[in-house]
Amino acid sequence: MVDENPYDANPTGTFFNRVQTYEVGSFPSTETVHFPKSCLHCEDPPCVPVCPTGASYKREDNGVVLVDYDKCIGCKYCSWACPYGVRELDEQQKVMKKCTLCIDRITDHTLPEAERKPACVIACPTNARLYGDVHDPDSEVSVAIRERGGYALMPEWGTNPANHYLPRQKTHMHVTEEDLQRSDNPLTKEDITVYHGEETMEDVTW
Amino acid sequence: MHPAFSVIFLTTLIGAGQGLFLALFTGQFYSTVELVEPQPASFYAVGSALSLALLVGGLAASFFHLGRPERAWRAAAMWRTSWLSREVIVLPAMMGIVFLYGVFHWAGWTQPFIVLGEGTLPIDATFVLGMLGVLVTLALFVSTGMIYASVKFLQEWHSPYTIANFIFLGTASGFMLAAAYSALLGNHLVGFFGTWAVIATLLGLGTRTASLVRNTSIKHRSNLQTAIGIRHRGIVQKSQGFSADSFNTREFFHHQSPETLKLIRVMFLVLVFPVPIALVLLAYALESPTLPIVAFAVQYIGLLAERWYFFAEAEHPQNLYYQQIS
Ligand code: SF4
Ligand code: SF4
Repeated sequence: MVDENPYDANPTGTFFNRVQTYEVGSFPSTETVHFPKSCLHCEDPPCVPVCPTGASYKREDNGVVLVDYDKCIGCKYCSWACPYGVRELDEQQKVMKKCTLCIDRITDHTLPEAERKPACVIACPTNARLYGDVHDPDSEVSVAIRERGGYALMPEWGTNPANHYLPRQKTHMHVTEEDLQRSDNPLTKEDITVYHGEETMEDVTW
Repeated sequence: MHPAFSVIFLTTLIGAGQGLFLALFTGQFYSTVELVEPQPASFYAVGSALSLALLVGGLAASFFHLGRPERAWRAAAMWRTSWLSREVIVLPAMMGIVFLYGVFHWAGWTQPFIVLGEGTLPIDATFVLGMLGVLVTLALFVSTGMIYASVKFLQEWHSPYTIANFIFLGTASGFMLAAAYSALLGNHLVGFFGTWAVIATLLGLGTRTASLVRNTSIKHRSNLQTAIGIRHRGIVQKSQGFSADSFNTREFFHHQSPETLKLIRVMFLVLVFPVPIALVLLAYALESPTLPIVAFAVQYIGLLAERWYFFAEAEHPQNLYYQQIS
């Protein structure tokens, strides 16, 4: 993938996945939403039928939408036909690129099964990404979509993306003094800290 | 959308070439049924060459749009699903027919092999080629228009007006050129072609204004809420995931001020419609041999502006994701 002027004034390049940031609400009650955006591997991908060469295709066996770089003529029509703007022309090879769902990893049977996942899913330190078969109702992803209210982006266009997003979850935590202090700790002689009951986790943990 | 000059020239040049072919055959048809005076073979041969040159010019311009022009032949593969593929097939087909039409006229292979309508409508090879050419011309207009009109989330384009505009504006431009060509040769078809050019221009004015009106009040179905799936009125993008520009900011934005857009719109509304019509009428009144040429040239420049505006006015929903570089 192209990386042009990486250290100069106007760096640009081709990305499979862009992590965008949005601010929701108005100050002071705002929330920051980080929003990773890549090809959603639509069930009904509008980008595929428009391709004049057949370079854009959807795999029959697993539904992954791919570009055959040897056939692509770089006409960019498929990028116009994707409402999500996830296809990017490679400015050096002059062909269309987009997220492949790490097709070479997920279909590689020499890898242990647990590693047959897209690199981003394996790399994510907080496990924010799930990977699985959305057609299998018992898969981890289907259960998450069903039980946690997973939704599709721009449902108005009927693209039926395979990738879903899970609603944000807010974690509320109430910490009492007893949670922080082990009152029956035999090693504790006495607690010399004065607590006011307004401490946060950061003040009392180390 | 970003108005790419390759596509602007492609669509305006082939539009004029298609229109000119329609004009030539209309002239032939009218002279066959003796409504206008017959023209020498050279009139059709040179006219076809001119039409062919415009089609070739458009095709050449289209290559500048491709990242990998050396593989362009592959684009004929998916004609079952892709309008772009259909255009790629129909354009060379039309070139072939225009070429043959010109050659048959030039070689004088115009002996009628059947006479229809009680001896009033002799059918020769050029007539058959001409009829085929008309069908292919229309197919090409429809294919070109559908490339844009079939993308449903480009709502400004997703309308029958898009196809009507391509048909009428291309036809107008071609008949203007035919009038200019006749004026240059000094034959008596200037008024005939000019009249049809004015009619096509007026039809184009109707459909183009209708699409402009439609687009000013268009309600976009996608918004930031559906784009990121968060139901809140106050969403602001803080970062689009990179610190400079990208394919997404280059291909889908015109990067011009609203004033520039307005200026271009006024410019094409003036240059495509009233000015050429006035020039044709004036040329008719003054029997001027040069004014029709000016009329064609002015309208062509106007059509370049029209096509530029056509691209610029379309708002792609992906732009919702690219509001803020930081
Ligand atoms: S997200 Fe865009 S590129 Fe990916 S399958 Fe859907 S329409 Fe095609
Ligand atoms: S850019 Fe490549 S993949 Fe996209 S439509 Fe054109 S040929 Fe097909």
